[in-house]
Formats: sequence, structure tokens, C-alpha cells
Amino acid sequence: MLGLDKKDTSLFLLVLLLVVLAPFLLNPFPENSELAQFNAGYPDLMQRFLIFGIFAIGFNILFGLTGYLSFGHAAFLGVGSYAGVWMMKLLTMNVLPAIIISVIFAGLFSLLVGYISLRRSGIYFSILTLAFAQMSFSLAYSVLTPITNGETGLQLALDDPRILGVSQVDGSIPLAHFFGVNMRDSFELSLGGWLFTFNAGYYLCAVVMMIAFYIAVRIFRSPFGMMLRAVKSNQQRMNFTGLNSRPYTLAAFVISGMYAGLAGGLMVAMDPLAGAERMQWTASGEVVLMTILGGAGTLIGPVLGAGFIKYCENIFSKINDNILYEWFSALPEAVSDILVFVIHPFIGKGWHLTLGIMFMLIVIFLPGGIMEGFQRIGKLFSRKKKKEADASGATPAPAE
Amino acid sequence: MDAILLQILNGLDKGSAYALIALGLTLIFGTLGVVNFAHGALFMIGAFCAVTLSRLLSLSYTTIDPERTDFLGNPLKVETPYVEAWFGPETGAAIIDWSVPLGILFSIPIMAFIGLAMERGLIKYFYKRPHADQILVTFGLAIVLQEIIKYFFGANPIPTPAPDVFAGSFDFGAMIGMDPNVIIYPYWRIVYFLFAAVIIGGVFAFLQYTTFGMVVRAGMADRQTVGLLGINIDKRFTVMFALAAVVAGLAGVMYAPINSPNYHMGMDFLVLSFVVVVVGGMGSLPGAVLAGFVLGILESFASMAQVVSLLPGINQIIIYLVAIVILLTRPRGLMGRKGVMES
Amino acid sequence: MEILRVEGVNKSFGGLKALNNVNFKVNEGTVHAIIGPNGAGKSTFLNCMIGRLAPDTGTVMFGDISLTGMKPHEINQVGVSRVFQTPEIFGELTLLENIMIPALAKRDGDFALHAFARVDQDAEIRDKAMHMLEDVGLAEKRDIIASSLSRGDKRRLELAMCLSQDPKLLLLDEPTAGMSRADTNNTIDLLKRIGDRGITKVVIEHDMHVVFSLAEKVTVLAQGTIIAEGKPEDIKGDPRVQEAYLGGAHL
Repeated sequence: MLGLDKKDTSLFLLVLLLVVLAPFLLNPFPENSELAQFNAGYPDLMQRFLIFGIFAIGFNILFGLTGYLSFGHAAFLGVGSYAGVWMMKLLTMNVLPAIIISVIFAGLFSLLVGYISLRRSGIYFSILTLAFAQMSFSLAYSVLTPITNGETGLQLALDDPRILGVSQVDGSIPLAHFFGVNMRDSFELSLGGWLFTFNAGYYLCAVVMMIAFYIAVRIFRSPFGMMLRAVKSNQQRMNFTGLNSRPYTLAAFVISGMYAGLAGGLMVAMDPLAGAERMQWTASGEVVLMTILGGAGTLIGPVLGAGFIKYCENIFSKINDNILYEWFSALPEAVSDILVFVIHPFIGKGWHLTLGIMFMLIVIFLPGGIMEGFQRIGKLFSRKKKKEADASGATPAPAE
Repeated sequence: MDAILLQILNGLDKGSAYALIALGLTLIFGTLGVVNFAHGALFMIGAFCAVTLSRLLSLSYTTIDPERTDFLGNPLKVETPYVEAWFGPETGAAIIDWSVPLGILFSIPIMAFIGLAMERGLIKYFYKRPHADQILVTFGLAIVLQEIIKYFFGANPIPTPAPDVFAGSFDFGAMIGMDPNVIIYPYWRIVYFLFAAVIIGGVFAFLQYTTFGMVVRAGMADRQTVGLLGINIDKRFTVMFALAAVVAGLAGVMYAPINSPNYHMGMDFLVLSFVVVVVGGMGSLPGAVLAGFVLGILESFASMAQVVSLLPGINQIIIYLVAIVILLTRPRGLMGRKGVMES
Repeated sequence: MEILRVEGVNKSFGGLKALNNVNFKVNEGTVHAIIGPNGAGKSTFLNCMIGRLAPDTGTVMFGDISLTGMKPHEINQVGVSRVFQTPEIFGELTLLENIMIPALAKRDGDFALHAFARVDQDAEIRDKAMHMLEDVGLAEKRDIIASSLSRGDKRRLELAMCLSQDPKLLLLDEPTAGMSRADTNNTIDLLKRIGDRGITKVVIEHDMHVVFSLAEKVTVLAQGTIIAEGKPEDIKGDPRVQEAYLGGAHL
């Protein structure tokens, strides 16, 4: 289907199914139950899953295939966001032009950064991208304030010119829409104790993400994708084979930059503001985390990594000591005190600690990320089965 | 002329910090071949050693002085630090006052231990793994260390003053025969610079004149051959890692009065220090020191009002710009060795 | 017809003169061996030919194209392939992919943004790669990862990669180094078979057995200078060559 082979088609359909049904799947607990806090089926969070999924898919095209570790990809996301907000300020509240312009600007910026940074490889490349990102961040914070609105961040205002729209509706800023469909519109479905929310913005993100995912699959299976893997494997051999590795890596860099811009544009479409902190190197580090955690170089890994980190971030930051005490209420007080004391540093504001530890564990023990974990478990099972099969084959069949 | 001198002086303290961190980074990279993204965290931990010591020294017990009353008329509670009780009020107060310099002694064993634990417990397993993995695992470690500090010390900067003797500034210009009141320079900054110079000199002397240092330098140049000579180079490299940690820690301890320690100061310095290492030349110790000071001073020049009005924002990005230009025109850096990290 | 003409090439590293006014010609369709003791400058010479090193002076002409100053991938694109001393292959990729890449480079040039084509549906390239693998006897292993091959197999894979580009000139740097006698003989057979395709080959070799069973012409390099050139039989008896190799002792 769609030019994909059988395996990729089923993978694509699986992702499609998960994304479409996410409002159900992520809300497994009834609204009034204690476990409702583990639900993730609300629009804001689900949108973040998809947007960071796109970001990570794009990053993976660069890092997963070519092995070039960029520490500055958040800059492209930031540039995309700013461009998107400006489009909404100047042109129209329709999100489509904003998203398109985000991709274009991020693409152009990554062309510039990539052209320079890719003249070096290895750690030098990482540091060059890091330097560029930090530079953009500093500039966005200070000199470029007329464009970025500095520390406050760029927001819509009541007096925006908006050529193809209106500056304000009934004294307030008009809402972002996609050809009349309001991004904040939601349809709520109440079934028994469950409440499911189907949000227009989420489904726009879903469509965009499926397209982004599809393109990534095609790139992975294309001669171009194979060349990118060749870059990672042996650049010397590649050059002596008559291939110019520079344009290949640059193309990969720009494509992944455009994915970052797309993610930035979608963020703006969901919530029309942009701030410099989106460009900070910790934000670049986050997308590296997502990709590694899910499994660099795999198709679906980065999406899983992004979802996993954003979900944990949400849950861990929400839990506080009171919630912990509630959970442990069945235990004797002394035991629950100790448990809460032990868990306390890892929750709430301590989420980053948990993240750091998780990340280290993954790099140390599971460099292939979650996907490698699945494979190992899969192998374990198949080996077990094989052993059992061998065992039953080896024992002589009892006489009938 | 005096304006130039002033900017050079202003760049010295930051330059010293860059140089010390970059020196440690280079030691680790040169000996162990590891790119340590957690090195900034070691600098930060050093600064918090100073904070911890000054808190420990000010630990007090409370007595009630019935003869005096507070503003509500209740008997006055008097807080007496233990050190004052033990060593007498004057010596005690002096000890508390000097807590930052004392932090040097306090931090050395702590930093050495952290360095050893890091190398033996984690880095050791990453020698054979790709540089990307080393970057990633030390990046993770940096997050963990910084969050631990944040958990114990909070997110706000903690003012940690220098001893009273060094508070305030002096007129450097008048001292060297210029017009008075032109070059006013804080005492502590000059202390920091001298301190950094001593440490850097010490590290170089150690590498240059001791047998241990000679073996380490030989190992940096050709690890395999030194290993073949039957010398246990790994053990020495572990010691070098601890040394680099101590250097970073000391840089942090003494930096505490200049900039109140906060949990993310390590990350802030790390990015710049990496740039410094790259500009100086990966694997070159003199290069790291030189680049540290050059970039520190350059940054201070870029912050001059005249420069900023001409090129707004240049002070924010000058270091990165220089790094980009250097990397593109002279990839080995100012004093880099051939072949290091080039393939 | 000359396919490769090297004229007046000099190359120094600091004070060391690695190549001293080297002149060298290779006729089309022949197998030409370059021999010489360790440190004679053989590898430097090869590197100057394929653009890995730039000679200080002198020209390297391939047909009527000057190779001096060209980048490695450009030199390959005009029809010069190289087999390295230690096999350079794409270790993380499958054998089939290892051969499809050079085949694609030959067909589509040094860069092609075919981001939406399907590798596995490119019948032309696939068939070619399969053929190549069969030729070198690695067809059954086509789906395994190249780094898991034995050294001898890696060498054969690398050879197949070069051959899949139908090069006009093939440079081989010690193609049998570190091989067992049996593997060496297999490689000789293989190289002889490629001879049938009319590919010109320049072989750098230590092993006289290999040289004398393959080469039609031999050039002897010592201390950066060519000291002898001729048919293998003539070279064998040349006293200068014996001196260079054995330091004066007679065979």
C-alpha cells in the first residue's frame, strides 16, 4: 500500500490505528476513579505526544541514519515557532500558512547551520551545532527582541495587522483555525464513567504526523536512506566508491531541520506563542533523549521515546507527597513514611532527576533503546520456545 | 590604553575559570579519550562544597540570654556557632569568614573521591564505546548531579562571600602609575586569577617534572606502547581523572564569591568550556589554557559599551563566533595535535 | 595504449623524501605490479594516484584526465576503483547493500536524492549486485551483516564492490596480505578471472608468488625511486632488485 512493502504497511497501519484511537487508549480509567490521574487522553498532552514525535522522527533521520549527533536541533524548532507566530500576526489565523512558513524558515536556517557544521564530523560537529544553537538562543533573548520579544516570548496581540483576517473579534484575539475548524474545538463523549475528548487540533496533528511518519518510512527504504546508513558505517569507503558524502549529510540535516520546524509550527498552531527557551540546548538534549530512549535508527522508536518521555514528564511532575500517601494508605504509617521519603526526590519537581537516571540506564545497558529491549525480550521468548521444542523433540515419543 | 587594560583585567577571572575547566576536560580527553559532558557539574559541585562548608561552619547552638531582651521583650535567643564556642569568638569568627578559602582543603578529598568514583564506576565502561555514547552518558550524569544539588540546595543562587579582607576593590590603575579611579578592580578577582595561575602551574609542573607525569604524557601520546612497556597506564589515568575533577572543583570553590552558586552554573560553563577546548585544540593542555584566557578577555572586550552599541548582542555570541571561525579555518584549534579526533 | 601515466611525481613528509621523481606508465588491459621492500613508498605512491594525498609536484594522467587535485569520489567517478590493504567495507550493512551502493554510485553519480524510490524494487541494481556476489562466491551470505565475515571474505566482498562499478582501472593494495596460502590462491584465481573482463589492474604486493602468477609487468620501487621495470622473469634475475630486497645477499 502507498508504495510500502507488507511489513511497513502493517507498521504504518498500526501507528495510524494507535493515533486515531489514542483518545480511547490513553483514557483507560474512569473519570472518577483514583487511577484517573494516569490518564493521558486530554488534548494538550496528546498533541505534545505527536508534536515531539514529529521532532524525534526528524532527528532520527539525521542521527539514526548518518550517526551525526546534533546538539542544536531545538534551534530549528524555535525558528519555526517564531516564523509561525509571525505568520499568524501578519497574515491569517489559519494555521496552514503558519505551519508551511515554519517548515520553510527552519529549512533555510538548517541549510545555513548544516552547510557550516557539516564541514566537520564527530565531536566537532556536535560542538559546532551546540555553539550555533546557543548563539541563536542568546540572540533571541537579547538583540533580536524586536522579532522575538525577548524574555517574554512572542505572543499575539490585539493590534496585530493580520492582512487576511481581522485583528480582533469582540475585543479579543481571534482563535487559530484550519479553514474554519477551530483548533480548540473538542467533541466530548461520555460513556459510563469514562469521558473521551476528541479535539480538532489533535487530529490535525495526527494527520500531519502520519504524513511525516510516512515520508520517514519512505526515506528509510530508499537508496538515499541506504546512502545515509553508508555514511554512518564507513565514510571513507563511501568516498572511494564515488559518492560525495557532504550533500547526503546536508540533505539529511536539512530534512531533519524541516521536521523540527514542522514541530515548532504545530506547537504554534495549537498554542500561538513562542519563547527563546524552546531553543536552549537542554531542549536539544531532550530530543536526543527521546530518540535514544526509543531506539535510534529504528522507524517507530523515536515516536515511542517521545511519547514515553512526555507521558512520564506529565505523570511524574503531577504526583506529590499527598498522592503518594493516598496510595500507601493501606500500609502502616511508618512504612508509608519511609516509602514517601524514598520516592519524594524523584517526583514533582524531581522529574528531571528521574529522567537523567533513566537516560543513563538506557545508554549503559540498552544502547538500542526501547526497541532493542523489545527485540531482546522477543529473542528470549523465541529461544525458550525453541528450547521447549527441542526438548520435546529430543525426548522419545511415549509408546502409544 | 587604560580602557584596554581594564577589559583585559575584567576578562581574567572568567578566563581563569574557562582555563581551569578546559584544562580538566583536556586532561580527561587526552589521557582517557573520553568526552566528559559532566565536567561542568564537577565545577558546580566544587562551588557547592564552598557553600556546604560555610554552612557547616556556621552551625550554631541556641542559648537564652536572660539579661537581654529582643524587641518583643522576651529573653533574647543567642545563636553561637560551634566553632566560636570551640576556638573562642575571634578565631571562630575568622574561621567562618574564611570559609571559602578553607573550602579548598575541604573540597580536595571530596572532589578526588567523586572523580575516582565516576571513573571507576561509569566512565571505565565507556572507553571502547563510540564518542556519541560517551557524550550521552556523561550528559545524563550531568543532569543527575545537577538535580541532586538542586534537591538539597534549592533552585536559587546562594550568596557565598569571600573573606572580609578581600571584600571591595582597589585602585589598580593608581598602583601602576595611571590616573586614579580609572581601573578599579575587586580584590577577589585578582585572588582568583593568581589562584588559577598557581593551579595551572602546579598541573604543568606535575606533568613535566615527576615520573608519574612523564608516564602520563607518554601515555597521552601513545597509549599502546606505554602499555607494552609493562606500565599500568590505566591506574595512572584514573588518577588523572581524579586530578581533573579536583581542578574543576577548586575552580568552582573559588568562583563561589564571584557568582553565587546555583545548580545550573555547571551547564552554563560547560558549553563555553567545550568551545574553549575546541578552540585551543582538542588534546592540547597549553592550548586549553591559552584559549581559556583569550576567550575570557575577548568576551570582556565585546561587552564594552562602544562595541555593544556598534554590534548589538556581540557580547553574547562572540565566543561561539570565534569557535565557528576557528573550527572552519583551523580545525585542529590554536595548538591542537595532528590526528586527534580527525577521522 | 596507456591508460595511466605518472610523470615526475615527488612527495615529501617533512624531511623525508617518500617519492623521488617517479615516472610510471600502465598499458590498458594489463596487470601491472608494483613491488618493493617495506618503506619503499608504494602506499604513498598509490595514495597520490587516488587523491588521498596530493603530490608535491608532478602529474597523474588517467587517459586524458588529470587526477592530481581531484577528490576521491571524483576519481572514482571517472573509472578508478581501489581495494584497500585492510578491507574497507560497510560493516553494519548487508552484503547485498554493500554491493548495491557502488552499483548505484556508478549509475546515478556522486549524489542523487532518490528519497522516494525503493531500494528493494530496483531490479537492475539488485540483479547486478546478486551477480557480483555469485561471482565471488558470497551469494548465500547476501543478507548477513558484512562485519561478521572472515577477513578473506571481506576482501572478496570489497573486490566485488569495486568490480560492480566496471572500473577501467583497479588499484589493489596488497590484496592477499594476511591470508592463508589457500585463500591467497583463491584470490589469485579470482583476480585472473576478472582479467577476462579487460580491466586494467595495478597491484601492490609483497608476496612474490602472487606477483609472478598475476603480473605481466613489474615495477620495483625502493627508497622512493623506481629501480627496475620489466617482465617478471627479467625482474627475478635483476641484481639491483635482489640488492634492494636482501641488502646485497644473493638469492
